[in-house]
Amino acid sequence: MTKKDIANWGNYPVIESDEKSVSFTNDIRQYAATTKNFIARGNGRCYGDASLAEQTISTLKYDKILSFDTEKGILECESGLTLDKILEVIVPKGWFLPVTPGTKFITVGGAVASDVHGKNHHVDGSFSAHVIEMDVILASGEIITCSPSSYTDLFWATCGGMGLTGIIGRVKFDLKKIESSYIKQKQVKAKNLEEVIRLFDEYKHYTYSVAWIDCLKKGRNFGRSILILGEHAKQDELPENKKKEPLKLPAKKQITFPFTLPSFVLNTFTVKAFNFLYYGKNFKKEINNVVSYEPFFYPLDAILHWNRGYGKKGFVQYQFVLPLESKQGLIEILQRISDQGLGSFLAVLKVFGKQDDLISFPMEGYTLALDFPVRKGLFEFLDQLDQVVLKYGGRLYMSKDARMDPSVLKAGYKRLPEFMEIVKKYNPEARIRSVQSDRLALTTN
Amino acid sequence: MPSTVLILGAASDMAVALAKKFASKGHNIQLAARNADRLKPLQSDLSIRYNITSSIHEFDAVKFEQHQSFWDSLSPKPDITISVMGYMNDNDKVIADQNETLKTIHTNYTGPVSILNIAANDYMAKQQGSIVGISSVAGMRGRQSNYIYGSAKAGFTAYLSGLRNKLFHHKVHVLTVLPGFVYTKMTEHLNLPKLLTAQPENVADAVYKGVQKKKNVIFVKWFWRWIMLIITTVPEFMFKKKKL
Repeated sequence: MTKKDIANWGNYPVIESDEKSVSFTNDIRQYAATTKNFIARGNGRCYGDASLAEQTISTLKYDKILSFDTEKGILECESGLTLDKILEVIVPKGWFLPVTPGTKFITVGGAVASDVHGKNHHVDGSFSAHVIEMDVILASGEIITCSPSSYTDLFWATCGGMGLTGIIGRVKFDLKKIESSYIKQKQVKAKNLEEVIRLFDEYKHYTYSVAWIDCLKKGRNFGRSILILGEHAKQDELPENKKKEPLKLPAKKQITFPFTLPSFVLNTFTVKAFNFLYYGKNFKKEINNVVSYEPFFYPLDAILHWNRGYGKKGFVQYQFVLPLESKQGLIEILQRISDQGLGSFLAVLKVFGKQDDLISFPMEGYTLALDFPVRKGLFEFLDQLDQVVLKYGGRLYMSKDARMDPSVLKAGYKRLPEFMEIVKKYNPEARIRSVQSDRLALTTN
Repeated sequence: MPSTVLILGAASDMAVALAKKFASKGHNIQLAARNADRLKPLQSDLSIRYNITSSIHEFDAVKFEQHQSFWDSLSPKPDITISVMGYMNDNDKVIADQNETLKTIHTNYTGPVSILNIAANDYMAKQQGSIVGISSVAGMRGRQSNYIYGSAKAGFTAYLSGLRNKLFHHKVHVLTVLPGFVYTKMTEHLNLPKLLTAQPENVADAVYKGVQKKKNVIFVKWFWRWIMLIITTVPEFMFKKKKL
């Protein structure tokens, strides 16, 4: 075995791991039954230290489509299949992913283990809401098929469970019917936080909604934003030139971020300039247009390795959710970030709909995601933010996390003890464990 | 009518890449390997993604006595036969254990020769068809670290060259593929130099092109031809002193 350095999207932390690829279910079973201290790993697009361990089993070659019911819109596949490959198959047949995060380069196994959400959470919930059934390969090598009606404890501990119950094998989930591959998009500028929150409410009937926030603006323009809304365009809503081929796949246009930027490039000045340009590019208060699904859902996927822009030390993404009544908490956190001058290129605000699952991140309220390059003083600052989040009854997203204290997790997730009991039941020796699960005291010897 | 491609040794990463490449171009695919049941996911995947017909067939490279009946059972007979079979273990283990020695030789040489002879006879009679053999640059010169595998591949390369010579006169095309390093499950434990190492998809692209253009011998990455030229021209009295 040769060790190699692996890291997730934030490039922090970097650890040495023995990585083994598998293509067949039986090989996974054998690996699970005979390997110590391992975690399943997909495309490494979570940000922090989940899916990192001394031993990792890569599912990227376990990526076959097992069935596709084009009438009912049901897809069944192996867990290593990535969403971009799924889209290539389902879009031309008039179907779309029921839920998609901001990148299509994640595996289905990752979508389940993180229970990912998208811009339509307030309407369609998170990914787990669309899973019909799945196979989990336990540490013993045994395969259990679970669903919302069978082995429900295993099912709900696996959705959002960061891979700790077992290796996710086969997943069967439902799709969303579409008439075209285009999105009818509306962008609305909001002068400040107050306004964007009001706009979220005003436009809550939209299937897709998300806002980009400039978190460095102070005073009157504090929290100025662009609210981005969308609906799948119906065939008759398309411009004439697109009507002929309404389900056309977008052309692949990708550029690669060629090298890792030195860390000093990102500073208050450059981030302010970026935000100025981003906000300023929309001259009008409101823009309405029809765009391909690609730029609407995956604007950053067009730049491969964009994470290199954050420098060698990497970055962390900080994503929290606060209950609906805690608008004040949102203001307080944004205020602190603005005061600290720790702006990030990406500050994304979204209003979640109702959800109350065992260990999944979403709950009704406001979720904000921010990128911070790793530098001195950052973790201390984030520890302070954690306390604000907890004070207002919120919690953090494990898929983004690389540094929170176990007590923060415990305080945020009320049903954590129940989750840990189930993990113990299916993974009794804690042979399945990650750097994250150890750090968060989810797995102990 | 769409043509059919038979892939022998269909469980490997290279085989999966080849199957996808040919399926994406509209060819029907026959997947043959040991424990063929495990190929069902690949079979459904190819059919769903590329809207082609694919089938799975039980085939064992070292069960020579079954090769003829295996070929007879194929319907339709493939227009293109690709042998991707291969087996590589640590050389020290291979020479320490006779079973390993024979397994290496049979999987890389005897087995492929046995089944490709059958395919060749069929193609010769029809005066058409293509045979692709995935051999290895390791067969171009024996090295202390890999000479059982290397010698079996050397034999296979020589076989393919002779077969090409014979079948040329019968309008049958034979392509020899000599991939250098390739990132696969078989080489995952090795520390391969990034610049010199191809992805299985690169091999598949090169093979597809090689079949279209009726090439004779291809290296997947062009510089391997030159690397191997150097390696094969080092005089033996020097070569034997190297630790390669």
